[in-house]
Amino acid sequence: MNETVKNVGLFALVGALILLTGVMQSWNTAVLILNMGLISAIMAIGVNLQWGFAGLFNVGVMGFVALGGLAVVLTSMPPVKEAWAAGGLRIVAGLLLGAATIAAAVVVNKRMAKSGKRAIVMIVILVGGFFLYRGVLDPGVAAVEAVNPASTGYLGGLGLPVLLAWPVGGLLAAGAAWLVGKTALGLRSDYLAIATLGIAEIIIAIMKNEDWLARGVKNVVGLPRPLPYEIDLQQDPAFVDRVTSLGLDPVTASTMYVKLGYSILFLVVLLILLWMAQMALKSPWGRMMRAIRDNEVAAEAMGKDVTARHLQVFIIGSAICGLAGAMMTTLDGQLTPGTYQPLRFTFLIWVMVIVGGSGNNFGAVLGAMLIWFLWVQVEPIGLWLLQVLTSGMADTNPLKQHLLDSAAHMRLLTMGLILLLVLRFSPRGLIPEK
Amino acid sequence: MDFLNALVALSNFVLIPAITYGSQLALGALGVTLIYGILRFSNFAHGDTMAFGTMVTILFTWWLQSMGWHLGPLPTALLALPLGILGCIALLLVTDRLVYRFYREQKAKPVILVIVSMGVMFIMNGLVRFIIGPDDQRFADGTRFLVTAREFKKATGLNEGLALKATQGITIVTAVVVVALLFWFLNRTRTGKSMRAYSDNEDLALLSGINPERVVMYTWMIVAALATIAGVLYGLDKSFKPFVYFQLLLPIFASAIVGGLGNPLGAIAGGFIIAFSEVTITYAWKKVLVYLMPEPLEPEGLVQLLSTDYKFAVSFVILLIVLLFRPTGIFKGKAV
Repeated sequence: MNETVKNVGLFALVGALILLTGVMQSWNTAVLILNMGLISAIMAIGVNLQWGFAGLFNVGVMGFVALGGLAVVLTSMPPVKEAWAAGGLRIVAGLLLGAATIAAAVVVNKRMAKSGKRAIVMIVILVGGFFLYRGVLDPGVAAVEAVNPASTGYLGGLGLPVLLAWPVGGLLAAGAAWLVGKTALGLRSDYLAIATLGIAEIIIAIMKNEDWLARGVKNVVGLPRPLPYEIDLQQDPAFVDRVTSLGLDPVTASTMYVKLGYSILFLVVLLILLWMAQMALKSPWGRMMRAIRDNEVAAEAMGKDVTARHLQVFIIGSAICGLAGAMMTTLDGQLTPGTYQPLRFTFLIWVMVIVGGSGNNFGAVLGAMLIWFLWVQVEPIGLWLLQVLTSGMADTNPLKQHLLDSAAHMRLLTMGLILLLVLRFSPRGLIPEK
Repeated sequence: MDFLNALVALSNFVLIPAITYGSQLALGALGVTLIYGILRFSNFAHGDTMAFGTMVTILFTWWLQSMGWHLGPLPTALLALPLGILGCIALLLVTDRLVYRFYREQKAKPVILVIVSMGVMFIMNGLVRFIIGPDDQRFADGTRFLVTAREFKKATGLNEGLALKATQGITIVTAVVVVALLFWFLNRTRTGKSMRAYSDNEDLALLSGINPERVVMYTWMIVAALATIAGVLYGLDKSFKPFVYFQLLLPIFASAIVGGLGNPLGAIAGGFIIAFSEVTITYAWKKVLVYLMPEPLEPEGLVQLLSTDYKFAVSFVILLIVLLFRPTGIFKGKAV
């Protein structure tokens, strides 16, 4: 009972902090923090599944989040017909050839006995396949990217409703996780870390450079939204009547309507996932995962297939991160591969999970909301703090100017400090695992 | 003649840059591998340690320049380098005292130490950005070229020029000296031998009276020196930007793992393997091939296997291949 009170108190505290932001700064900021906090909470549930349940050290969260974002473009944008006509089929054929090459190499590796001959056959297949793949793919890419490069220059998506992109984002991330897991799981824990770190960088590199896929660093803007546009609401007489009768300004009301709409959508997804994660934790499956985490050798001796379970939970966790990534891109309304930074999208999620309490789903959610709040608010607080500290100095003092300019970097420092303090003095987090 | 031209083009665009980059990676990977061997965890903060050491060096370089001190043809940064190393040593020793020692005494699992190093990474990253800012800084001065392409063409009469930047020469010479010193230290001195003994078998080393805290202290000091030197050389050769140093973590880890984590010789080999594969796979080979191929066979495209943006992918694929077929690395590393 005591514990429940403490946990409810902690959640209430985070809620109060967000409300305080609304009162002190603006309700707009408060709802923005709430929305990104909800998305972060979903990512944290995914990471918690991998680390808290199974002890898998995945530092490639950014890559899976970005794949979710890609899914939004591929699902919801209208297809670019000219681009498909110019080289779409060629690109598809090229990609299939590339996949076939790798599949052939894997088959050869499995079927042939280990010998010099196998190595030669594999090199021939891989090198030949690579040039064939580039030969087919490159002209197609050039043709597609030449189609009206200022506004399209890519294949476009399927033109489906944007909400459908969320599960698709999960699926895309799950597919990538399967590939990574197949190769890198079963390696030692820090090798898995390096491998996932690398995969994330590669996914971002592909998204930045393959313009035919999602316009690369030229970004895709104007993604379809699941909610109406503010401007449409303001021109809708029924809406304006309703809010003015409540005594609100139509412009503010329309932005809040949209933002709170997102909050409700995200909250629904979060609650469903939280419920599922809680059920998984309590189920025999959850107990098995924790048994594997605590002692792999013993679990294996009991007949549990450790590698298969690891692969399973790695895929599920990554899929959740992909789903969250798709939700985030929907909220932003644009896909900007240049903004994916590992410190923000991988390591910050880790801070959330560890501060909240690894192994506890509610802990992960709490940590995500709290850390996201701090991530946003440390900058103004730091600026204020520095202003107070330097208030004795002259305005022309170069040290003062430098300090005030650098206030933005306080957040990394603070996050590191929080992580280290929690690890040292409360290593099980705010809401420890039961 | 054509063959000579091809050779010169190859050295100019592939060999020299790859050797330079390889030396920088090798120095970085040596630091990672030493920490892994002695403290037994993968240090995610290594890239930011490099950035911190380099930042201190840059600040002292600016100060020296403002005092009117120069090294003539050599970059002033070399004069500031020892001060940078001292600053980095101070930072790492303080970090060890405040952060890592607690977990060492607890005998925490390696993965906990990796997470702790993530926290340290955040702090160092924030510190560097706070002090010097996130932007590009150039701090190289002195002679720019040892051999310029034009001089080379005039002297040899070849079509292709060979340029050797001063920073490339300095990198290679420094790396050779540093590696020689390190191996002399590890193999010949009492402290170096105790470090190796500790890395091989902790219990046995403790039984024979080796003081673990001393070994750890020396390790951090050497790592600080290696990281600062690697960072300054990289910064002189290219430029200093905190985020780039953070990203260097990936090729550095790849080098250390490919060579065999915990094995210094492997780290050096790994550095060069990664550097050469990155450069050769992302280089547009047309320039070399036009000299070697008979006219009708000359390539039309650039013959670039992958665009340079995929250089991370290259180090990563090599890493995966090695891990799949030889999990302990090329030179047998250790597995914790």
